[in-house]
Amino acid sequence: MSQEKHKIQFSFLGRIYLFEIFRGLTITLRHLLRNLTHRKQMPTIEYPDERREFSPRFRGRHRLKKRDDGTVKCVACHLCATVCPAQCITIEATEHPDPEIEKMPERYEIDILRCIFCGLCVEACPVEALEMTGEYELSDFTRQSLIYDKKYLLDPPSNLPEKKES
Amino acid sequence: MVLEYIIMIVKALVAPIAVVCCVPIEVWLERRGSGFIQDRPGPNRIPIFGRRNAGLIQPVADVVKLFLKEDIIPANVNRTLFLLAPFLVVFVAFTTFAVIPYGDVLEIGGMTIPLQVADVNFGLLYIFALASFSVYGVLLAGWSSNNKYSLMGGLRCSAQMISYEIAMGLSVIGILMVFETLRLNEIARAQGNLLFGFLPAWGVVLQPLGFILFLVAAFAETNRTPFDLPEADSEIVAGYHLEYSSIKFAMFFMAEYMAMVVASGVIVTLFFGGWQIPWLPTATLVAAVGPIVTALLQIAAFAAKLFFFLWFFVWVRWTVPRFRYDQLMGLGWKVMLPLALLNIFVTGIILLLIG
Repeated sequence: MSQEKHKIQFSFLGRIYLFEIFRGLTITLRHLLRNLTHRKQMPTIEYPDERREFSPRFRGRHRLKKRDDGTVKCVACHLCATVCPAQCITIEATEHPDPEIEKMPERYEIDILRCIFCGLCVEACPVEALEMTGEYELSDFTRQSLIYDKKYLLDPPSNLPEKKES
Repeated sequence: MVLEYIIMIVKALVAPIAVVCCVPIEVWLERRGSGFIQDRPGPNRIPIFGRRNAGLIQPVADVVKLFLKEDIIPANVNRTLFLLAPFLVVFVAFTTFAVIPYGDVLEIGGMTIPLQVADVNFGLLYIFALASFSVYGVLLAGWSSNNKYSLMGGLRCSAQMISYEIAMGLSVIGILMVFETLRLNEIARAQGNLLFGFLPAWGVVLQPLGFILFLVAAFAETNRTPFDLPEADSEIVAGYHLEYSSIKFAMFFMAEYMAMVVASGVIVTLFFGGWQIPWLPTATLVAAVGPIVTALLQIAAFAAKLFFFLWFFVWVRWTVPRFRYDQLMGLGWKVMLPLALLNIFVTGIILLLIG
């Protein structure tokens, strides 16, 4: 009964169906021939060899910036840890050897497994000590190696073919 | 005498090996072809000596992977039938090609060598008998797996194959009436004649309706889209070979592609002149280039036609969506069967009028 209600009216050629299949075959053949002759125009990006161009504002893995003398720029104000919605930043503060500067982090850890890459930590930072790089190949074999400590965040290894300074 | 046996053994070995070798090429054709049809490059890796070879090595890598996988036999299967089923399927795929001729009779050094493994006088019946037999493998695989989806797949497959076998068998009757023989080599040879002095008397010219019916039925027999309901990934996961892993899955996979090679071979032999090169009969060729080159040219012609149909199977698969089950049965019984009978009727009348 319900089938009667939804019956579609086909034209004569449509009812024979073979002609419609033939038309479909010409469409697929057209795609095939166009792709064979214009290989470069295919939209596929062959990933490990080619990479998509991301915007310089792409929010990838974090990096801690350094001062000119090579020490960490962070003043351990805890603003990033406070604003972080995923609560993945752990900071332990200590005295800075330079009396001009109040504090520095003894321990600075980002649990990248919990990070949601929102970038709020970067915006919260009052001294622009934290930035996000274009790195997005973050997989690893153990959970422990994905909790980045201060040393790692100061000098993160790069997987990108050519590094873009933003 | 010894030489004859050696030739026979060589032929019996070469033909199945050639069919098996068609499988990776067909898989490559399918994966790359489907890729290009869908605006993507398809598998193009597996470099050998730094060259990618357009992904041609991919099927080899797949086979190696399947060999190395763990072979799982689930706990509650019927072990005997579960192990037997893939062998039955592969057995049918291997043996069917035996009667398909891939060249005219080669006359060399006082010997006549038919370029076909078994030149039997019931060739076409042999193909249909084995095609029916392949239902057993699929049905047993579906039943013995002790799995609802497998059972559904086996059920669908047997129902579909039996239904379409009738239409397939009847669509070939017209060819038999025209050529008056079941011997496939003679059918191929008769297609070397010319109609009205210019048109090759190919089966497709003499039996256009029979060709279309046979082609559609061949798609159903090999379980290819648009009739791939026995496998229907989106409905019943993988159908009858759902519980099979490792090399036993590879056997089903291989059998499907070999069935396609055989179906293409039968289509070419019955409707596209087999090994015939149009307008170049064997006698002319032998006089011009000698018997061995003639045989090679004819094998090449057969292979070219075969690969066109292998490609056609792929082409249709990535064009047409899957049929619904009632549509499939409706097409088989309400459309194909009457049309096949009509084809026999019309062929009979025309043969009667011609005399």
